[in-house]
Amino acid sequence: MTQKTKPTKLSVKNFNLFYGNFQALQEVSIDIPTHRITAIIGPSGCGKSTFLRSFNRMNDLIPNVKTKGQILIDSHNLYDLDIVALRKRVGMVFQRPNPFPKSIFDNVAFGPRAHGVRDKLKLQEIVEHSLRGAALWEEVKDILDKSGLALSGGQQQRLCIARALAVEPEVILMDEPASALDPVATLRIEELMQTLKEHYTIVIVTHNMQQAARASDYTAFFNMAENRAGYLVEHGSTNQLFVNPKEKLTEDYITGRFG
Amino acid sequence: MQLEITTENLAYQKTVQKIAFGGLWLCGVLVLMMLAWVVGYVLIQGGQVIDLKFLTTKPAGGVSGEGGMSTTIVTTIYLVTLTISLATPLGVGAAIYLTEYAAEAQKENRLLAILLQISRAGVETLAGVPSIIFGLFGFALFVSFMKFKFSLLSAGLSGACLILPVIIRTSEEALLTVPRAYREGSLALGATKWQTIWQVVLPAAMPGVVTGIILSVGRIIAETAVFWVTLGGSYRLPKDVFSSGRTMSLHVYSLATETRAFDKAMGTAFVLIITIVILNLSITYLSRHLAARSMGKN
Ligand SMILES: Nc1ncnc2c1ncn2[C@@H]1O[C@H](COP(=O)(O)OP(=O)(O)OP(=O)(O)O)[C@@H](O)[C@H]1O
Ligand SMILES: [Mg+2]
Repeated sequence: MTQKTKPTKLSVKNFNLFYGNFQALQEVSIDIPTHRITAIIGPSGCGKSTFLRSFNRMNDLIPNVKTKGQILIDSHNLYDLDIVALRKRVGMVFQRPNPFPKSIFDNVAFGPRAHGVRDKLKLQEIVEHSLRGAALWEEVKDILDKSGLALSGGQQQRLCIARALAVEPEVILMDEPASALDPVATLRIEELMQTLKEHYTIVIVTHNMQQAARASDYTAFFNMAENRAGYLVEHGSTNQLFVNPKEKLTEDYITGRFG
Repeated sequence: MQLEITTENLAYQKTVQKIAFGGLWLCGVLVLMMLAWVVGYVLIQGGQVIDLKFLTTKPAGGVSGEGGMSTTIVTTIYLVTLTISLATPLGVGAAIYLTEYAAEAQKENRLLAILLQISRAGVETLAGVPSIIFGLFGFALFVSFMKFKFSLLSAGLSGACLILPVIIRTSEEALLTVPRAYREGSLALGATKWQTIWQVVLPAAMPGVVTGIILSVGRIIAETAVFWVTLGGSYRLPKDVFSSGRTMSLHVYSLATETRAFDKAMGTAFVLIITIVILNLSITYLSRHLAARSMGKN
């Protein structure tokens, strides 16, 4: 398969994360390929969100978080990068759509403005381009000055994707981006991911096994150890993991026998 | 034990409820009547004095209390503007520091944590201190020690001290209600903490902050004690911030205590009450309007 030849975008090496004394992630090692969709699945509380939030150092906001091991982006250590520069390269879409209480335009222009784009024309261009990229342009092109909160849940989530695209990231992290949406809106997000992966590396956390099977190229299965620390059970191409899992645990999980 | 519902018992419970409701109703009506009486008295008495001439002529001074109230309206506006522009940046800034920075820093630094606790308690206490204490403080510091004399400046600084606790507390509450998701969304886009505060958190907290400011405006307009000992009481129009002056409240007080013009005190009180009512209505309107806008109804 051609997928195998894709270079690594994010490389995680023996990564551990502690909330105070509680170990949330234990010795995780995985390579995430460029321009592919990698799904992270596992039972609730096994550290999926924690793991995802490690890629843009969102966990740094929480006091007493300690990490051990490395995460490399294009073979540079995350912690050697400036946090603003890192977050510009690694964007995030949250579980609950969280547009700012600002106009649709200002929501999308927020990132570019924060990074110093002042030119009005340039901003308009970025906003249109990003909204098109998030498959939202046709629906909102006439109401750009309306509040982002006036949109439907699915539209809000695509607005948040557009907002992330506007800073031209390399990686997009998505934490259960469709869990608050209805099936139609969910499907739109999944379709959107397929077009986005041509230009972006996508890592998505999902609770929904069908979604992982449908929408991702690679899947990583996490589980909780005895001490409740999350660890990586196995990972591989989505096809292989769902059709022919190496571990008994994985099979039990994807067939719904636990979790 | 068997729980029995007897008709007797039901009737008893209903009677108790009726008596309780009756009592509560009486409380409500009494309070409303008292309020209506006070406000009505002032409005009726004052209304007879009010006309365009009264509003636009200067007070003439003297024991007869001749003249109108024009300069006191202007002085009130001056003082409110000065006080608010001194206290708002300071108060909102302090609130931002307390909610956005100190909360984190104090987890690392025990001394800071203790200092913060003391200053929080201080703010709480200050909010409950009788205003004349602020007046005495302002008199000692600004009027005497710093030699600003009785002036708009002394009064503005003392007034700012008086309303700072209000502004800090309301702003702090407003900032704390801003959802975490907004902050995370902004930081995840690579915005700095400062950009996040300035462009996302503060605008989202605006309705609360504005409410605090309007409450403070009301407080300044209504205040007499502090300004009695810091603003002096000259009924002339202040020339600059070093001039003495007289607000509407002070005018009411002076007229009522030093002159025979009790009717003019009532007239001035009329204007005061109307101003306060308008301020309160604007709080209701603004907070609804702003909240609606941030909810996307606009
Ligand atoms: N801020 C925090 N402080 C302390 N412990 C935390 C914090 N956030 C998460 N945890 C703990 O870390 C573990 C992993 O949490 P995480 O949210 O990453 O799980 P998850 O796999 O995303 O779960 P879910 O599927 O329910 O979203 C849980 O045991 C959780 O209680
Ligand atoms: Mg989660």
